[in-house]
Formats: sequence, structure tokens, C-alpha cells
Amino acid sequence: MSPVEQDVAMSTTAERKVVTGVPGVAPSSDWVIVTRGITRDYDMGGEVVHALRGVELAVRRNEYVAIMGPSGSGKSTLMNLIGCLDTPSAGEYWLNGVLVSRMADDELARVRNREIGFVFQTFNLLPRASALHNVELPLVYAGVSSAERKERAREALTRVQLGDRMDHRPNELSGGQRQRVAIARALVNRPAILLADEPTGNLDSTTSEEIMRVFEELASSGQTVIMVTHEPDIAQHARRVVVLRDGRISSDETRETFLASLNSARA
Amino acid sequence: MSLLDAVRLALTQIRVQKLKSFFTLLGVTIGVMFLIAVVSIVNGMSKYVEEDFAAKFLGVNTFTLRRFPNFQNGNVTEATWREWQRRPQITSEDAEAVRAALPTGTHWAIQDSRYATPSSSYRNSGPQARVSAVSADYFLIKNLDLERGRVFTEQEEQIGAPVIVLGSETAETYFPNVDPLGKDLRLEGLPFRVIGVLKKQGSTFGISLDRQAIGPFHSDLRRVTHARMGLDGVLVQGSDVGNLQDAQESTREVMRRRHHLRPSDPDNFMMETSDSALGAWQTIKQFLVIGGIVLPLIGLVVGAIVIMNIMLVAVADRTREIGIRKALGARRRDIMWQFLVESATLSVFGAILGIALGFGLSLLIKSVTPLPSSVALWSVIVSVVLGAGVGIIAGIYPASRASRLDPILALRSE
Repeated sequence: MSPVEQDVAMSTTAERKVVTGVPGVAPSSDWVIVTRGITRDYDMGGEVVHALRGVELAVRRNEYVAIMGPSGSGKSTLMNLIGCLDTPSAGEYWLNGVLVSRMADDELARVRNREIGFVFQTFNLLPRASALHNVELPLVYAGVSSAERKERAREALTRVQLGDRMDHRPNELSGGQRQRVAIARALVNRPAILLADEPTGNLDSTTSEEIMRVFEELASSGQTVIMVTHEPDIAQHARRVVVLRDGRISSDETRETFLASLNSARA
Repeated sequence: MSLLDAVRLALTQIRVQKLKSFFTLLGVTIGVMFLIAVVSIVNGMSKYVEEDFAAKFLGVNTFTLRRFPNFQNGNVTEATWREWQRRPQITSEDAEAVRAALPTGTHWAIQDSRYATPSSSYRNSGPQARVSAVSADYFLIKNLDLERGRVFTEQEEQIGAPVIVLGSETAETYFPNVDPLGKDLRLEGLPFRVIGVLKKQGSTFGISLDRQAIGPFHSDLRRVTHARMGLDGVLVQGSDVGNLQDAQESTREVMRRRHHLRPSDPDNFMMETSDSALGAWQTIKQFLVIGGIVLPLIGLVVGAIVIMNIMLVAVADRTREIGIRKALGARRRDIMWQFLVESATLSVFGAILGIALGFGLSLLIKSVTPLPSSVALWSVIVSVVLGAGVGIIAGIYPASRASRLDPILALRSE
């Protein structure tokens, strides 16, 4: 274990003790995500923009959550924060029992590598690398040996029914296949959360349904899934829908109540 | 990311952009090529001078008593030159006196040389030969081996027999397709009977050691070499270094006495050893090596600038890739490492190409010029290290820029 790893491990145990004492949050390892009053301000040429104005969100293990909101509601900012690509201006973010909101760049990179599997709207695959190599990538940064990397990447690709496309490059794959490669890549490190940002935004409706079925399967098999979308049709696949407006959570409902309010709004 | 992974990635990148990579490498390649070529020439000359030249021209454990140095060390000032010209000649009387004072175990030979054009009944004229009138131990001191025939004896030398020993080339030139032994070689009209031919020795700095004729000092050869005006030198060979030093001391004493020097006067003669002659070469070599390193360095600096710019472009082109990698868990040092290794790999590639071209250039120089050349192993190692160093230095700035990219912005870039 390197000194850095030791540090992380030590701080992890130290902070786990603290989180159990946070009031209002059940002292249980069931909570994958707990945010406490997180804000994010951007300095846009002297003018401060408040993208998030205090978000309280708690997500349990195995939940399947959609985060919705119109553009400018702060959902991208929230996704970046949940994905540890960014840190809040104020407030606390506990991921899997670890306080990540104060972490430095390299620690965040480690958390992204271990705890988060990203699925992006634009797939974000390396264009010159094969599907297999793309899926291997998180394991490269996790320091997994080459042989084990290949084996686990193959496993993940087989899981998304791409076992026969492993040596294809992204430009030799359809949109749906690309997104499934991205899902395999997101899952290969067995992350605490699968974080999808408009995962069907670049896909036609048939392919979108296909990808949603993959998400559904993952969620039923126990994977925590958080999906950011602005499409109600996509959001309704989740079991819980959180709606963001002006940097705050405006509603947080189960799928059933969300559908009911959606139908009443349409009617 | 392990080094192997990083190098593999870098090689993929180079393979994908062959042409661009090639131009990127050009500076480093040219720099290294010249480094290898220049160093191999210097190295070749050095080997030549130190191994061949010192032994052939000067002999081992040998000094030559002269008026002034034959091999001049660096620049000689006008004043020094005038002082040398005022020095008394070394005469055969001096030589006799020196001989009388030499410690036991030393060998001794008078030498007086001049270039002259020989002739024979087979050939009227041709290239000049270095004609030397010497005493008998000359062959021993110079370690000259015979191809055929014999050298002259001490008696022949004493009575001044008109005999001569030829260098292999002179023998071939003036006695084409005939056995020269027993035939006459004419020098300034005087006949000398050929009694021996030396083994082929090759050439040093384009001066052939095989174009020579050596005869007894007391023979008429002295008319050819004009020994009356003073001798070229007296060669003394010691049995070992200590013996040589003793011989030098006694020679100095004798010569100072004969030149009536007061204790405060400096020597007005020279005892040249292979060390003192090699000193001159060492000075030349230093300049050559410095030149041979400064010029390629310019190439490497240019190469570094090119690589840095190409890497900056690469970082800009691959911003999104960097964003993806960061999102998947690459730390700053991983990104830094990736680009440093890529830049170093690129540059080492250039260095290897340069080494190959340098080898070629050195072979070409060897075959079309009289310059000797031999690739030095250290220059190959230095080239690879320099290549990697240039790549790393040139890669630091682009790599650190890449590593500091904000993943969110990087992911959004096109």
C-alpha cells in the first residue's frame, strides 16, 4: 500500500465515524449519497451565478433515481458534484460514508475511479481504441494487471451483450452499441453508483428503450443508478424522481406520484 | 498507469500519426545523427592517433631529441617561433656525446629525414618517399617489421654501405612486378641496393607510412637528407619508464653542457615523447569534441522546441480524451505521465533514427574521405539518454497543462 493509499484509507475510517453522527441522516451504510446544504457558485466575470442554492439529497443503496429539471435548473452542476468532477462552494457531500466535498483533485480522481461509473450523452469513448480497451480504461487507473483487466472488461462487455463486438472501434458500432460499451465501462470497476447524464439524448426512441431496459436490469440486480435527464418519458423509468428548479429541489417523489402529477399536468 | 502501458499508448499515438511524428522527430534525429557522426570521427582519429600514430611515428618508451617540437601543442606565438629558429642545430657530434652518456639498457638511433623522389630502371619518377638516414637500432626502436630481405647491420652503417630498406608502397611503385631485392634504387642520382622491404603499415592522416626509404646514416644518403645542416633528431628508447627518465636526465645534462647553458637558462632543445606529442592531440580532440557536442545540441534544442509545440497541439487536440480519462479516474500524475512518456518515446524514437543515420554517415565518411571513423558506444548511450531527456524536458510544460485541465470543461470540448 502506497503512502497515498494509506492516507485515503485512514481518512476513510476516520470520516465514517463522523457521518454516523450527522443529525437527520440514518447512521447506516445504506446511504450511498448524502448531501447537506450544498451550494455551487460560479464567478462569471465578476457576476456570481448561484447554480445550486442548498441541495439536500440522500440516496440509499439500490435506488434508481432520476434527476430532472429544465435547463438552468442546476442539474448538470449537481451531476458534476455527485460525480466528484467538481466540489461544492459550501455544504457537505458524503459518498458511501466518506466526506468527499473537501477532497483535493487526486483524491477525487481516486473516488471517481472506485465509486462512480459515468455514462454520458455523447458516449465519450476513446475513438481510436477498441471497445475492449475503452472498457479496460478505468481498471488501468485502478492499477489492475493487464490480464485481469482484459478478463473483467470482457465480462462487462458480455454483460451488455457486446461479447462479439469487443475488437470494434466506436466508429464501427451503432449509437446503442456505443452507449452499451460506455455502460460496460461504467460498470467494470463495480462502482457504488452508476451516474448517467442524458444517456438517451443522442439515441432514437427504439434504441433509447433498449438502453432503458439495460438500466432497468442493472437496477433490479442491485446497482444504484442515478440518471440526469430533462425528458419525463425517460425519467419515468426510474423509481424515484427528483425535480430541480432554480438550484433547489422542488419535488422528490416516487415514480407513481410522479406519473400521477405528470398525467394530471397533461390533462 | 504502468510504464509499459504508457509506452504502448505512446507507440499507438505515433503509429496513428506517422507523418506528423516523423517531422516532430526531425530535429532530434538530425542532432543525434551529427552527434554520432562527429563523435565517431573524433573517436576514430583518437584511436588512430593514440594506438597507431604514437607507436608508429614515435615508438613506445621513446623520446626524440630535437631542436623544437615536431608536434606543436596549440598555437605557437611569433616570439616562440623565433626563439626556436635561433636554437643551435642538433649535430652528429651531439648525438655521439648523448650516446656516450646514456645508461645501459637503452637503444639509440640517429634519424635524419627528407622527402625525395626516387627512381629505378623500372620507373623514372613517381610519388615522393620519406628518405631517412638512420643508425642501425632505428628499426628496433620503431618496431619496423620486414616483409622480405633484411635490415642493414651496424658494420654496414659504420662503413656507410650503399644499401636501402623500402616501405612496401615505394617498393611496389618503383619495382612493379619484380623482386626489388638486389636491385638499385636511385636517389638524387646515387644508387642504393635494396636489401629489405618493410611490412605494410597503412597511413596516418593521409600520410602513407609505406612510402619510405631507410638507409645507413654514414652512407651517401646523408647527401640526400643534408645531414650536415643538423639532424632531425636522436631517438632514444628506454627498457622501461624509469630507464627512459634516466636517459632523459643524462641527455639533458649532456645537451645543456654542450650548448653552454647557465643553470638559469631554459633548455634550448626538445625531448619529445609520445606523451608530449599526444598532448597536442588531446588539445585538438577537446575542441573537436566540444564542437561535436555543441552543434548537435543546437539540433536537439530545435528538436525540443518542435516537440514541445507538437505536444501542446496534441494536448489541445485531445482535450476531450483527457477529460474522459480524468472522469474515469486518471489523476494529474497519470495524465502528466502519459504525455511525458509519449514525448520521451517520440524523442527516443528520433534518437534511434538519428543513431542509425549517424552510423551510416560515419561509414560514408570513412569510405569517401581519408578520415578514420569508429562509432563510440558511449555516444550511442548518450544519444538515447539525450533523446529521452529532450523529450521529457520538452514534454513537461505540455504535460503539466494537460494534467491541470478541468475535467468538466475538457469533457465539453469538441
